[in-house]
Amino acid sequence: MRRSTLAVFLESVIEWGIRLCGLSAIVFVFGIFFFVFREGAGFLFGGFKPLEFFGSIEWYPTSQSRVRYGALALIAGTASVTALAMVIAVPFGLGAAIFVSEFCPPRLRETLKITIELLAAIPSVVWGFIGLTVMNELIIDVFQAPIGLTVLNGGIILALMSVPIIVSIGEDALKAVPDSYREAALALGATRWQTVHRVLLPGARNGLLAAVLLGIGRAVGETMAVLMATGHAVQIPTSPLDSVRTLTATIAAELGEASVHSDHYQVLFIIGIVLFVITFAINLVADFVVRGIRRSS
Amino acid sequence: MNGPRFGQHNFRATVASVRKIRQERAAAAIFGLMSALMIVPLVLIVGYLIVQAAPLLTFDFLVESPRRGMRAGGIWPALLGTVYLVLISLAVATPIGVLAAVYLNEYAGENWLTRMVNLSVVNLAGVPSIVHALFGLGAFVLFAGLGRSILAASLTLAIMTLPVIVASTKEALSAVPRSFREACWNVGATRWQTIWHVVLPNSFSGILTGVILQVSRAAGETAPIMFTGAVFYKAIASGDPFAYGLLDQCMALSMHLFTVSTQVPDVPDALPYATAVVLLGTVLSVNALSIILRTWLRSRKRW
Repeated sequence: MRRSTLAVFLESVIEWGIRLCGLSAIVFVFGIFFFVFREGAGFLFGGFKPLEFFGSIEWYPTSQSRVRYGALALIAGTASVTALAMVIAVPFGLGAAIFVSEFCPPRLRETLKITIELLAAIPSVVWGFIGLTVMNELIIDVFQAPIGLTVLNGGIILALMSVPIIVSIGEDALKAVPDSYREAALALGATRWQTVHRVLLPGARNGLLAAVLLGIGRAVGETMAVLMATGHAVQIPTSPLDSVRTLTATIAAELGEASVHSDHYQVLFIIGIVLFVITFAINLVADFVVRGIRRSS
Repeated sequence: MNGPRFGQHNFRATVASVRKIRQERAAAAIFGLMSALMIVPLVLIVGYLIVQAAPLLTFDFLVESPRRGMRAGGIWPALLGTVYLVLISLAVATPIGVLAAVYLNEYAGENWLTRMVNLSVVNLAGVPSIVHALFGLGAFVLFAGLGRSILAASLTLAIMTLPVIVASTKEALSAVPRSFREACWNVGATRWQTIWHVVLPNSFSGILTGVILQVSRAAGETAPIMFTGAVFYKAIASGDPFAYGLLDQCMALSMHLFTVSTQVPDVPDALPYATAVVLLGTVLSVNALSIILRTWLRSRKRW
């Protein structure tokens, strides 16, 4: 039986639709870069001083006498909060990944994985609120600090936010190590700890590195939580109990006040470009690292 | 079988094996503790939020409008705004995301283009939410001329949550065995007929899991809607479900939590807590629904 011309035609339309949707992700990523770049381009090619932007800590976007756009303190803010978050999240995340994948009885494993999934689902504004209220008071009480909205606060919140991603990708990486490796180690009389330490960690190295990288990506890009928890002081922090402001928080806090297409507005888009490039690079590297394991195994 | 039995009594632990057992237990304990340390604070914090919010958590709180400059009353406009944003972003993201996953799983070959698409999906998920907000502002609000509106905010959310749907749909599609497709091709069905009549019905519930996950993600986001359509305050009739138009600005639950906890002075203590609990409760219960559906699916899997 022959199919009607209409059916054949409709099918090719649908198939083209599917191809189009398939390519849409590429279009969107380029679209994001294009539109963010477009809004910031005017100032980027006229009046923008890269040396001041990357080298000065003077962020006075609305100064009456002399407007200055030095983002170094903001970069330091992002870097310090992210670094502290990773100092906490990497050992805990990898430890939990090892526990879930190697030590945990199956029933507990399911429960743990579901809990971690729920941990990942908590909206960032709720994390921010927890930072603003619970963590704030806790830090003031424990450290006798005048204010609890600090690098420490943001770092702990971001750590809790990036742990789920590190656990789930780290666990995948450990699972990808063939069981024959574990059996071989067991046959040699190694304990599970020795197996983890000497066999699995080296074997899953690339995957674990990717997990950490994606955790960093998440922490760098996080907005609402750091906006609410780190206390809005544009300065280079000298201790974890200093307040800072991050790149993301600056955009969120100031975009509403900057009039459309003013220099200030365009500088905020340039910060957006910087963030886009950083996270893009991190994701690209993580992808190459993961691909590295697939090819070698 | 009546051979010699090797019970524990036949062996005596050597110093080395005792050390090994200790080492083993210590490692399990340490890693177990690390896992517990992530989860205990979560439970404590959620419990604390609920206790603080308790006095305000009534049905009236959900369906009343805010009063006295958001210092009293309920959260109806915010709740409704979130529902609008989520539903519209869902309507946009689901078809595109599902078809994109169909492309990746059923059509795409092993080539550089497929790799580019996969890489783009990963990157789309990795772009910071505030950059999505800048994109939404530049593309939908200004370039497309939608203004700050529910539509612009929903489209921004849709693009941001697309990777969630693509990833889970891809997983659902690849769980359908290849033999199903081959059987269908062998009776003369075309590629699309196979997908429509065999692959999609068999992966429907898996796709649904991803869609539910998208809902939870979209409901919780704040940054992307901040500059594209959500506002601090908008007066609408209490309890009216059709109060917003597509090109109106709206309130949203996540944005409202940010507002009452940072922007409005002298808010009664319980109000932001109650808002947080409603938001958290919505997101977590939607997520739990997705997890339950997934567990149920796995338990009744026939192949």
